[in-house]
Amino acid sequence: MKYLSEYRDPKIARSLADQIRSTASRRWVLMEVCGGQTHTIVKQGIDELLHDAVEMIHGPGCPVCVTPLEQIDRALHIAARPDVVFTSFGDMLRVPGSESDLFQVRANGGDVRIVYSPLDALEIARRHPDKEVVFFAVGFETTAPANAMAVWRAKQLDVSNFSVLVSHVTVPPAMTALLASPDNRVQAFLAAGHVCTVMGWTEYEPLAATYRVPIVVTGFEPLDLLEGILMAVNQLEKGRHEVENQYVRSVRREGNRPAQDVIGKVFRLVDRQWRGIGMIPSSGLGLREEYAAFDAELKFGVSVVTATEPEECHAGDVLRGKMKPHECPAFGTLCTPERPLGAPMVSSEGACAAYFNYGRFRSAAAKA
Amino acid sequence: MTSPVDGPNCPVPHGVYRQIQLGHGSGGKMSAALLAERFLPHFGNPTLTKLGDAAVVDVASSRLAVSTDTFVVRPLEFPGGNIGTLAIHGTVNDLAMMGARAKYLTAGFVLEEGLELLTLDRIIAEMARAASEAGVVIITGDTKVVERGKADGVFINTTGVGEMDAAFMPAPERARPGDAVLVSGPIGRHGIAVMAVREGMAFEAEVESDTANLSPLVELLRGAVGSAVHVLRDPTRGGMASALNEIARAAGVGIMLDETAIPIPGPVSAACEMLGFDPLYVANEGIMVAIVDHDSSELALAALRAHPLGTEAVVIGRVVPEHAGLVALRTAIGGTRVVDMLPGDQLPRIC
Amino acid sequence: MCLGIPGRIVEIKDDTGLRMGTVDFGGVRRDVCLAYLDEDIQVGDYAIVHVGFAISKVDEDEAKRTFEILKEMSELDELEWLGDVADRSLEGGTAS
Repeated sequence: MKYLSEYRDPKIARSLADQIRSTASRRWVLMEVCGGQTHTIVKQGIDELLHDAVEMIHGPGCPVCVTPLEQIDRALHIAARPDVVFTSFGDMLRVPGSESDLFQVRANGGDVRIVYSPLDALEIARRHPDKEVVFFAVGFETTAPANAMAVWRAKQLDVSNFSVLVSHVTVPPAMTALLASPDNRVQAFLAAGHVCTVMGWTEYEPLAATYRVPIVVTGFEPLDLLEGILMAVNQLEKGRHEVENQYVRSVRREGNRPAQDVIGKVFRLVDRQWRGIGMIPSSGLGLREEYAAFDAELKFGVSVVTATEPEECHAGDVLRGKMKPHECPAFGTLCTPERPLGAPMVSSEGACAAYFNYGRFRSAAAKA
Repeated sequence: MTSPVDGPNCPVPHGVYRQIQLGHGSGGKMSAALLAERFLPHFGNPTLTKLGDAAVVDVASSRLAVSTDTFVVRPLEFPGGNIGTLAIHGTVNDLAMMGARAKYLTAGFVLEEGLELLTLDRIIAEMARAASEAGVVIITGDTKVVERGKADGVFINTTGVGEMDAAFMPAPERARPGDAVLVSGPIGRHGIAVMAVREGMAFEAEVESDTANLSPLVELLRGAVGSAVHVLRDPTRGGMASALNEIARAAGVGIMLDETAIPIPGPVSAACEMLGFDPLYVANEGIMVAIVDHDSSELALAALRAHPLGTEAVVIGRVVPEHAGLVALRTAIGGTRVVDMLPGDQLPRIC
Repeated sequence: MCLGIPGRIVEIKDDTGLRMGTVDFGGVRRDVCLAYLDEDIQVGDYAIVHVGFAISKVDEDEAKRTFEILKEMSELDELEWLGDVADRSLEGGTAS
């Protein structure tokens, strides 16, 4: 596949890894913000490959991981209704709510369906006018244009049996929260290439300047990540702190204007609860009043549903880079990939699940 | 069976039905007609046609392998095959992976009221073709009909009986450090072919299910290297990753794979990129993993490659003494990661 | 958060006022919303697609330019590495 396979070239990857190792005069602490980047890093073993040169902290950029527990509970509540077809991206189905997950709702007779695109959910609503079709609109800025378009389109086509349960979050406030924390260890960021494809990178310039931290907008293939890491290490070694763009084939400084316009038409900034992290002011997107008719929270009156996270779960500290997954008392005992307490143990690229697997490998290898 | 009329209350000849009715499961004339007109013409053989309460057969071997499997798939028909093909290949292959030669099969059908008879005809025809190709005889069977909504078109159970040869008994626990891990062909085709035609995921992919009878490959391996074949496995549900994990656990060994060696067809890899899947977990129905003594691996490869199903056979890794019970993979760029079993099905990701 | 992959636009069409298209991802094709791309987008262009939406047109010139730099760097690196190997004379046996 063009623009994909060449960015996995092993020879160039090894060369970049060599350069990172020879450039780093000490072990730098980097955070990749996005879950997609974490996936590549874990899947390709990049963190292990660069172990001596950089410590990679997996950031909070996984919408599955940060969707708050109460929003999951609201989803479960709506999905259990007999008049509802509940649609969602696949990775949300296994995320544990307070008492069950969407798979359990399906087993109990709820109509829960996986869709690839929010427009597919809208299409289901048009085909089943007798049903209420709800889409679980989670995601960061990358997914916001798609979810905004589905809502805009539903209004344009007057599809009144379609609504969205919104749990949108935005990256810069989360990065600010991390950087402002007194126990922050992150020395440089790899910013999320697809978030910046939509939003551009001007929002990150004041962050880099204020906190004197290098930020490199980075893509998702192995060569992208290795080059992004190299650019960040170069800045750290030279004492620079700028926003640089590694992912030039997709990201422009101003981002995607038409996409930003539609986001602005449909959504407004709201305070948002992040699972494991807590409330971050103005860190989320909610529907504008003009689109209230498409707000599943209002339509089904689930705003009253609240939830408290299990005390044993330290997902927040892990997502903030304050605690390594294996330092959590519940890790591997109360909390495993089969019975996750918190979202980072759910998906294979979640910080806790990644550690769980790799840790078992390390200890098994050490015993031999 | 001279009259096509189903009693005085129902003047409609059953021949005009185009779908399965509850009456097809009544045990009465409709049931008999279903059997006589749809199943027996395809499956007919002297043992089955007796329609006794049990089939009576002779076997030559003093040791038999028996395997049973129930098949559910949505949609029932997909590029490269249908549920009938799977029901034959699945059970024949399970026997072959134990080193047994499949002789006899039983077939049980749960039919949903409303199933199109033409669909059923195609499924039966495919089953008959696959069975005859694999040299197995369907000796007894059963059909039941359930109300609409109580099944997904048709469910099929097949049980197979195969003859064993004491000199050739591959088993998961026989994997030894140093062994080579071979795969007989490109991975992931069945899972992606089925996913592509499933509602809600609709995409077009130039890929067909790989469903196939693997026993010719097993015969070639047996002939070429015999007992140097330590383990055979067909990586169906859960894909290559799950099959190898089961072997690593059973034998108490580690398995190290070389990512660059694993054959993945272009469209499988593309569909996996799109959905966020890992091809190692995608189902196969026509390839096998062979774990073979290191010294015999070249001979084994040559034997596999001599058959059309095995032309792309390669060594994808080796059995190691380290990290017992775990499968790991050396990535293209030189990193290492654990290839664990998944808690459930792979789900399309957005991140 | 953001699984996005590049594909080639093979068809551009209008669905009641919404610009849609078919995108080919290495042999896999799917309907994709093209509303967020510039109007001068053409069949044959590459786009990055996320959950059924094209979010950018791939800048093919920039892609080519930056990839060439990476490639040259690695070739230089390889020359140095070969030099190192030669210097270490007959330690031998290691494959790259």
